Amino acid sequence: MDYRNTLTTCTYCGCGCNLFLESIDGKLTGTTPCKTSPVNEGKLCIKGWNAHAFVQSERRLKKPLLRKNGELVEVSWDEALDYAASRLKDIRKKNNPDAVGFFASAKVTNEENYLMQKFARAGMGTNSVDHCARL
Amino acid sequence: MIDQVKQKINDLLSNGSVKGVVALVHTNGNVAPCLYQKGDDLDKLCLGDTDSAGDARYPLNKVLVTLSRQYPDEVFGVLVRGCDERGLYGLYRLNQLDPERVVPIGIACPQSLALQCECKKPWPDDMMAGETSEGIDQKGVANAESNSHSERFSYWKGQFLKCVKCYGCRDICPMCFCRECSLECEDLVSKGDLPVEIPVFHLVRAMHMADRCIDCGLCDEACPADIPLRLLYKKTAQIMNTEFGFTSGIKKYEKSPLSLMGPAPEK
Ligand code: SF4
Ligand code: SF4
Ligand code: SF4
Repeated sequence: MDYRNTLTTCTYCGCGCNLFLESIDGKLTGTTPCKTSPVNEGKLCIKGWNAHAFVQSERRLKKPLLRKNGELVEVSWDEALDYAASRLKDIRKKNNPDAVGFFASAKVTNEENYLMQKFARAGMGTNSVDHCARL
Repeated sequence: MIDQVKQKINDLLSNGSVKGVVALVHTNGNVAPCLYQKGDDLDKLCLGDTDSAGDARYPLNKVLVTLSRQYPDEVFGVLVRGCDERGLYGLYRLNQLDPERVVPIGIACPQSLALQCECKKPWPDDMMAGETSEGIDQKGVANAESNSHSERFSYWKGQFLKCVKCYGCRDICPMCFCRECSLECEDLVSKGDLPVEIPVFHLVRAMHMADRCIDCGLCDEACPADIPLRLLYKKTAQIMNTEFGFTSGIKKYEKSPLSLMGPAPEK
């Protein structure tokens, strides 16, 4: 019997509420707000309260999807990344770097967001970087 | 007190009378619900007090219900205060836990916490550590009722308007366990709309808590909008007491008058 409450940070927005993910024998069973966290003091919004729900969801995407002939089909990571890279290069060449915009995410770490803006500025040559909340 | 509790947990685990004990752990600066099993280190056991008494309590009975659903044949120990023991009695009555498979480890609350909770009975019947402090008179409801109807109406309307519909009051509540919740029934509460329907959302919950709420105050503490939910439920509990002589969780095998058919039971 393996019962745990793992302390983690909510992935839904940038506030950084602390919560415990409850698991029994490796399966998530619930979320509890952390009372001793100075950020959220034992409270959460409705998204935070359901932070455990999407992880094991059957509806979660497990592979990249690419639209082919109007339909989304599962493809390998290599194919998806090659396609994205070639289209980005094309658009940049035909127009200019500002034809591409980058949206950062609250669901990833600071360091990953840093890398993304670096890629936008140094790699693509654009300052068009914004936050996902403005999508 | 904590040493007595550690000793008790140790005894229960080593003599094999329980599979595990649901209590709290203080680790990396935070307090969390935890399951202690044989051989586990009890050094970081915590009773839910950090800066002040009882400020880091969690719904341990809820953890117990989750574990029992997964492992229905096992016996578990659980750390209980007065309100938690009332909760156990309620959960036995509502067939959510089997009293044969629960070993409560009862601790009393200090006077400061009893005052803050305005708690009638800040100790469990089955108490193994701590000293009983005095039960507190319920003045909060009477104070709130000293205002006129229209003042009260606008007060509560203002409170309910603050609700962000996080469902935290339900999710934290150790007495809420329904698989289908009325607060998610679209005939009562429309999906995705804010503010919530006033007063339907809060009064539906208050009605459902009338014979269940054990006045632990966890909902109050979880409400990001600081709505005085506990006061509201103290009122519904008071009505149950005046009308039927019933208080949730006070007597071990007492049925709720709301689950009986026929004439009202004798007070
Ligand atoms: S409600 Fe009573 S028993 Fe529960 S924590 Fe408060 S004082 Fe203790
Ligand atoms: S005080 Fe709140 S959390 Fe505790 S039993 Fe009553 S409704 Fe549930
Ligand atoms: S916890 Fe407070 S804000 Fe959240 S749904 Fe309940 S009353 Fe509304």
